Amino acid sequence: MHSIPGRRVIMALFLIFLLLPIYWLVNMSFKTNAEIVSTMTLWPHTPTLQHYRRIFTDESWYSGYINSLEYVVINTIISISVALPAAYAFSRYRFLGDKHLFFWLLSNRMAPAAVYALPFFNLYSAIGLFDTPWAVALAHCIFNVPLAVWILEGFVSGVPREIDETAFLDGYSFPRFFIRILVPLIASGIGVAAFFCFMFSWVELLLARTLTSVQAKPIAAIMTRTVSAAGMDWGLLAAAGVLTIIPGALVIWFVRNYIASGFALGRV
Amino acid sequence: MDKTVNQKAWFLVLPVFLVVAFSAVLPLMTVVNYSMQDTFGNNQFFWNGVGWFKELLDPSTDLGGRFLASLGRNLFFSMVILAIEVPLGIVVALSMPRQGWTVAACLVILALPLLIPWNVVGTIWQIFGRPDIGLMGYTLNAMGLDYNYVSNAVDAWITVIVMDVWHWTSLVALLCYAGLKSIPEAYYQAAQIDGASRWAVFKAIQLPKMNRVLLIAVLLRFMDSFMIYTEPFVVTGGGPGNSTTFVSIELVKIALGQFDLGKAAALSLVYNLIILIVCWIFYTVMTNAGAERKVQAESEPATEPKPLAALKPVTALKPKEGVA
Repeated sequence: MHSIPGRRVIMALFLIFLLLPIYWLVNMSFKTNAEIVSTMTLWPHTPTLQHYRRIFTDESWYSGYINSLEYVVINTIISISVALPAAYAFSRYRFLGDKHLFFWLLSNRMAPAAVYALPFFNLYSAIGLFDTPWAVALAHCIFNVPLAVWILEGFVSGVPREIDETAFLDGYSFPRFFIRILVPLIASGIGVAAFFCFMFSWVELLLARTLTSVQAKPIAAIMTRTVSAAGMDWGLLAAAGVLTIIPGALVIWFVRNYIASGFALGRV
Repeated sequence: MDKTVNQKAWFLVLPVFLVVAFSAVLPLMTVVNYSMQDTFGNNQFFWNGVGWFKELLDPSTDLGGRFLASLGRNLFFSMVILAIEVPLGIVVALSMPRQGWTVAACLVILALPLLIPWNVVGTIWQIFGRPDIGLMGYTLNAMGLDYNYVSNAVDAWITVIVMDVWHWTSLVALLCYAGLKSIPEAYYQAAQIDGASRWAVFKAIQLPKMNRVLLIAVLLRFMDSFMIYTEPFVVTGGGPGNSTTFVSIELVKIALGQFDLGKAAALSLVYNLIILIVCWIFYTVMTNAGAERKVQAESEPATEPKPLAALKPVTALKPKEGVA
């Protein structure tokens, strides 16, 4: 009753469609460049680790991964910590301009990064944050903070109001109630929100590339530049690509039980 | 649940307001400032009033022609991917296994494309689609199809659309799956007792339960496809010619490529305005749907999923629930 006829076939076909391009990337990353260019092979006939070795030994490559992770983590922490109180306020209280504020936040989630690339460049150059992870982390707040508020608001609304009232009657102060009672209650929601902040900050390239030049260059930007300079080093490009998939795959594995409710943003 | 009026809640919202205002309002003011001026380099600016906006909306000028053409391409692209991804996402969600380890496995694989950096998505499809080294390009050419996304505009479009379907259908599917999961077993049992067909179950139970998440899915997909930049840029670079140049690509070309600040700023504002309007329409529809649902739930709590006339779950439901 729940599902449709032929569902196993549909699911299998769709998963193959999803995995085939990724397989090709992985396959490519283990081939030598000579093999990639000269023959068409479905699996590496002369498997090599040379591309991975190069990435892990060359500082200009592996520092890119560290830079990326750095601004992603900073961004996630900022987004969650400012979004939590706001989510509580939106969920529990009515105040002057609340609906307009919520819409304004949401509209920032939808604003195209291309619009902000140039003004951000000017802004962060002017305040001296250009080419630091902080610039990228703050810039990514423009779409991650609204998203975090949106997700967390759904989860806070799922907590019965009676719990707040009981806690206040028991003499909890607001900050103590917030940290001791509310945060543990919506821990899974915080996990989901953090997952989304991680995800959108990790996959974004345009702002990250515009706001960095040398010191804080993200791996995504290093990939695009090195390839154009070195000609057609397909193997190296593929190996770098595979390594960018791994953090995402790890994060998914940790939140796999919450993925379904998480993608509904806590409001089914 | 009535919310209490409390103006002190502003203190809780203040940090969010400051962070977002810092990264949204300040840059936007710069954009407005630039959009009214012209520059000949050397940081010399001249007042240009609404000149750029006039040019932007006039298809006979170079700027206006480029903007309107890319806007048309972008709208067409968004419509095509919505028409493919939404039905496909629903079908995939309905095809999810029901229990066991396969559920977790499917969820993880489905979510995988969403966590890949966008330029790597472009790289994956570039490598996959190239006629010389890519599996897809090579196979298609071996089958006698003349496929080359670098030189043929139609092939480039197909590649970009298939890439987007690959990248984002999972989001729609996961959202729908979450909606489906929230349907209580009793509804299906009631439908079974009434002998409802598979299609009736979908139309009367599953679709109404999904419409809220579907609205979110359509909103997110429309917005993200409307501001798509990285993936087509990596794969086709906006080419061949200008055939896959979307609005964001055009904007970055003008702003960071030619450093034509006035034109870029005017384009940004119009672009943002379109997004704001669409966003507002969706937001209104969504909050109205939420309010309607609440009213409906309060007046008749048991019949929330709008049953078919032939399908009266209320009476059939009660004893079943007791048994379960």
